[in-house]
Amino acid sequence: MSLTDKDKAAVKALWTKISKGADAIGADALGRMLVVYPQTKTYFSHWPDMKAGSAPVMKHGKKIMAGVAQAVAKIDDLTSGLLDLSELHAFQLRVDPANFKILAHCLQVVIATMYPNEFTPEAHVALDKFLSNLALALSEKYR
Amino acid sequence: MVEWTEQERNIITSIFSNLDYDDVGPKALCRCLIVYPWTQRYFASFGNLYNADAIKTNPNIQTHGTRVLHGLDRAVKNMDNIKGTYAELSVLHSEKLHVDPDNFKLLADCLTIVIAAKMGSGFTPEMQATFQKFLAVVVSALGRQYH
Repeated sequence: MSLTDKDKAAVKALWTKISKGADAIGADALGRMLVVYPQTKTYFSHWPDMKAGSAPVMKHGKKIMAGVAQAVAKIDDLTSGLLDLSELHAFQLRVDPANFKILAHCLQVVIATMYPNEFTPEAHVALDKFLSNLALALSEKYR
Repeated sequence: MVEWTEQERNIITSIFSNLDYDDVGPKALCRCLIVYPWTQRYFASFGNLYNADAIKTNPNIQTHGTRVLHGLDRAVKNMDNIKGTYAELSVLHSEKLHVDPDNFKLLADCLTIVIAAKMGSGFTPEMQATFQKFLAVVVSALGRQYH
């Protein structure tokens, strides 16, 4: 389910509207994920605090959204555009790729809460496709 | 058996008692048909579903969205036996409607997104966790009678 020109335009249009709130989106989505899907906490056992709004969660949420921003900028070739991140996730972080879908869902829930008028069904389908392709590019180097 | 805390029961009853079924039901179904277009396969008799606008204004989809959402009422009233409550509906979806049970999760996700959009920051992580737990139990019950 590759991205059409229409999808890419829709993603970029949505990103323009939400990018100023990217840090808040990332922090909320990550915090939410740790509560709604407790199994994801296994990847952060080294954090002193995993509660929503805590320093590690805010900092990491910001980092994740920087990755999403990178993906939006490289939307025409996600595989090569996210090569460095793929290697990081494959060889160091080794996050099970099933979790990419979980985080993508949480990101979309947060965007729905914060931008209900912008997150139309049309924007939703484009973003869902984009996040799936992003996850695919991220798992490129896994095996 | 699925265990529900007092808080979880309250969250579910609160979400459903404040629900505008005629708005949320159609919105969730439309979103599912738009975001996961292969789900349109079950609605061939509903008329024009050619694009997002056609889907959103289709009166059959409107009616059906409301009906589907009301289908959850029995689960809300029988949270301690959702499995038994939906045995018949499960048989219906399997033997008459021939719905791939994987699709139940897709509609559940769209319903979550629509509720999130309505409640905004009120849709806390705890509410999301409880709501998704409830929907997961419903989805499991609906898929139970498939063979």
